[in-house]
Amino acid sequence: MSVYNSLDSITEELHKCMKCGNCMAVCPIYKETRQEVAVARGKISLVEYLLSGEITMTEGMADRFSLCTTCMACNTNCPCGVRFDKIILAARAEAVRKKGLHPVKKIAFTALKMQRVFDFGMKAGSIFQGVALKNIPDRHSKLARMRVDIGIGKEKVFPMLSKKTLRSELPEVITVKNPKMRVGFFTGCMINYFYTDIGRAVVEVLTENDIEVVIPRFQACCGIPASVNGDVGSARTLAKRNLRAFERMGADALVVACSSGGTAWKHVFGELLENDPELKALADKWAKKSYDISEFLIHQVPFKKDGLGRVARKVTYHDPCHLNRGQGISKEPREILKSIPGVELIEMKEAGRCCGMAGSFSLVHPELSVQISDHKTADIQTTNTDTVATGCPACRLQLQSGLENARLDGEVLHTIQILAESYRVGKEELRRPK
Amino acid sequence: MLAHEILQELVQVLGRENVLTEQEDLLTYAYDATAAMKHHTPDVVVSPLSTEQVAEVVKIAMRYHVPIYPRGSGTNLSGGTIPTEGGIVLSMLNLNKILEVDQDNLTATVQPGVIIQALNNEAAKLGLLYPPDPGTVTTATMGGSVSECSGGLRGLKYGVTKHYIMGLQLVLANGEVIRWGGKTVKNVTGYDLVALFTGAEGTLGIITEIIVKLIPAPEARKSILAVFDDVDKAGKAIAAIIRNKVIPATLEIMDNVTIQTVENFVHAGLPLDAEAVLLCEVDGYQEVVEREAVLVERILNEEGAVQVKIAKDDQERDLLWLARRSALPALAQKRPTTVLEDATVPRSKIPDMLKAIRRIATKHNLQIATFGHAGDGNLHPTILTDERDLEEMKRVHLAVDEIFQVAIALGGTLSGEHGIGIAKMKYLAWEFGEAGVAALRHIKEALDPDYILNPGKLVRRD
Repeated sequence: MSVYNSLDSITEELHKCMKCGNCMAVCPIYKETRQEVAVARGKISLVEYLLSGEITMTEGMADRFSLCTTCMACNTNCPCGVRFDKIILAARAEAVRKKGLHPVKKIAFTALKMQRVFDFGMKAGSIFQGVALKNIPDRHSKLARMRVDIGIGKEKVFPMLSKKTLRSELPEVITVKNPKMRVGFFTGCMINYFYTDIGRAVVEVLTENDIEVVIPRFQACCGIPASVNGDVGSARTLAKRNLRAFERMGADALVVACSSGGTAWKHVFGELLENDPELKALADKWAKKSYDISEFLIHQVPFKKDGLGRVARKVTYHDPCHLNRGQGISKEPREILKSIPGVELIEMKEAGRCCGMAGSFSLVHPELSVQISDHKTADIQTTNTDTVATGCPACRLQLQSGLENARLDGEVLHTIQILAESYRVGKEELRRPK
Repeated sequence: MLAHEILQELVQVLGRENVLTEQEDLLTYAYDATAAMKHHTPDVVVSPLSTEQVAEVVKIAMRYHVPIYPRGSGTNLSGGTIPTEGGIVLSMLNLNKILEVDQDNLTATVQPGVIIQALNNEAAKLGLLYPPDPGTVTTATMGGSVSECSGGLRGLKYGVTKHYIMGLQLVLANGEVIRWGGKTVKNVTGYDLVALFTGAEGTLGIITEIIVKLIPAPEARKSILAVFDDVDKAGKAIAAIIRNKVIPATLEIMDNVTIQTVENFVHAGLPLDAEAVLLCEVDGYQEVVEREAVLVERILNEEGAVQVKIAKDDQERDLLWLARRSALPALAQKRPTTVLEDATVPRSKIPDMLKAIRRIATKHNLQIATFGHAGDGNLHPTILTDERDLEEMKRVHLAVDEIFQVAIALGGTLSGEHGIGIAKMKYLAWEFGEAGVAALRHIKEALDPDYILNPGKLVRRD
């Protein structure tokens, strides 16, 4: 039984917890609030009281369940192996079943489901965003700040919506001479609408390695924002649409450059669709050939090292929670960075500590999100690097926002962008007369 | 429910944001880390930011006769922070500053909400060490560990929390603030209240500042692991090490049940038929450590260990320790409820205690694994059970009773490091008789006549 269907699915998980409180040592939210309800042990107790019937679901309870970035640090530190990420998802889904979805989230997730309306909104947004957002001049990527506080604070720095979405900018199939394989690229929303530069870098690197890239036009949002907030219905609709879109185009493998997208394809789609044998089989089939881009380049290709040009950057790498703890990928991006001539990799303290973005968490709890981010920014600052690499567009946004607010000049990039840059420099070096 | 005016007064003192009154928050202060313990929801949770605020809260509580339950991280194993009579939970976590590390006097001054590891991180920057290291060192607070007098793995050589507490600032049950002790090594002015309040489990006063002793961090360390096919031989080996005038920083033991569970869990390379494993660490100056490690190895061989391993480097050391570190996690994953006791005996009685525990396990048909700090006689018989199984829980309680009886009969004590709290209150008379229980009560009533501070713990109210 999946965590999305019933609270009973996590009974055994709850019984594993011996209330030792080891989760307190690593929880980024607890570190800020020092209130028991912030940490896994507190929320596990609340779920236990719910199951024992001692209390019933309240809106206050749903609020408390929103206090989790799902960073999974507590999972790793738990001596009893409690999978708190499962517990929190089940608790949130239960909250939505009993109390309904927060009205703002309802509107947001409905929009995600209606791709064309969403595309139109984003397009209109790219034209009118100047009304709400104020440009920050002279930055590496186009950044903006809210002009007025709409309840999420004015702290957060946003990337400007791209004039053209990635999927409208690029053809659906990008061919190469003598392709060694055909790979489907799941872009995810942030790369499609905001960080198209990451998407272009993915395509650049793949084609450089003689791989044909398919970007199915009818792919949708990964649905993670909905499923982690308990909106299981919306998440299911999106999972189905994505599976069908990729199945129709066909590919030897699927790559993502976003940690949520990777989690969705590898784990979540199958869990959401467990009651539909046909779609479950399809989800399992694609899960087996889904890869994070760094994982794909190291283990499946492996990517070519000749032709890499010199990139003079001092880089520190931030581990996205859902890539590192969620998919066990932390060595691969570092291996890529180390293979690039000129790149000096300097580790920050606690590279695996959550940046505090956690998708909609940063919108619901803007102050906490910024507090958590400040620790990360401080750790980045002590590395004296000029570039922060990471493997997730959401982390990129949060990290850039943190640097911006601390008035630091570092650039935040996806690992794949630095690799693409290296290939580009490599070609220029070849053209240059010796 | 507390009267509205009490809440109002608390808010006036602490500010709205430091007073929790909603059910969803209160419920998360109804328990601590103690297994199979009934939970109790407080009426309010307050988080003071200063000693003055603590004193004001105590005065309000006194005026309205509302109990106060001081709490750090709630990691204790005796029910010590469960608010059995409702009232106010006083969370000390916002008083979390390290006020000073004094290199000349080798002291540190900290607020009670400081996490033990945070103090050690600061001390380490100066090459210093705060030796008490309970298993919860990364989560437990200084206030909590002083109140419970935590022990840990280094007890044999370095002692426990009470050996490092030099001075305290306290809020008494009448709301007065006093300071006792200080940075001087010698101090015989008045009764030793610092000693009295250390391990008082928050029943006599509320600690708001702590001066601790630091020591120079040892320069080197070396770990040795020995496997025995007989518990008695392991016991004799422990005695022989000490007799040869080696005082290891750590001397740990694991019994056969623990070894089997751990081995299945982490595959550390322990023989499954081993009856006992000893894990020893010596520390100090490099030269001394080299000498002692060789000596310990020889003693272990002479005492009939079937296998002795010395870690050559840190990597090998971590491997040796993996088994011991994994003991509790491995055991905890076997059954849903883990009842962890800390009955303690003179170290010469360790083999007797191990055998008695095994006898009790067989008698009550229970799974009991035993590991612990053999060097200081502090064992952790760990009962693996399921609190939903009421019939089995009955047998668990009988077994616990018998474990305590044996420990006391062997000249030991009910609790080496976890404290009495609610969990062991009923056994106190076994250890020091009704007269002893009365003496405890007289001290309690002299300092807290209305039972405002952590009532229902340690001292029975008749």
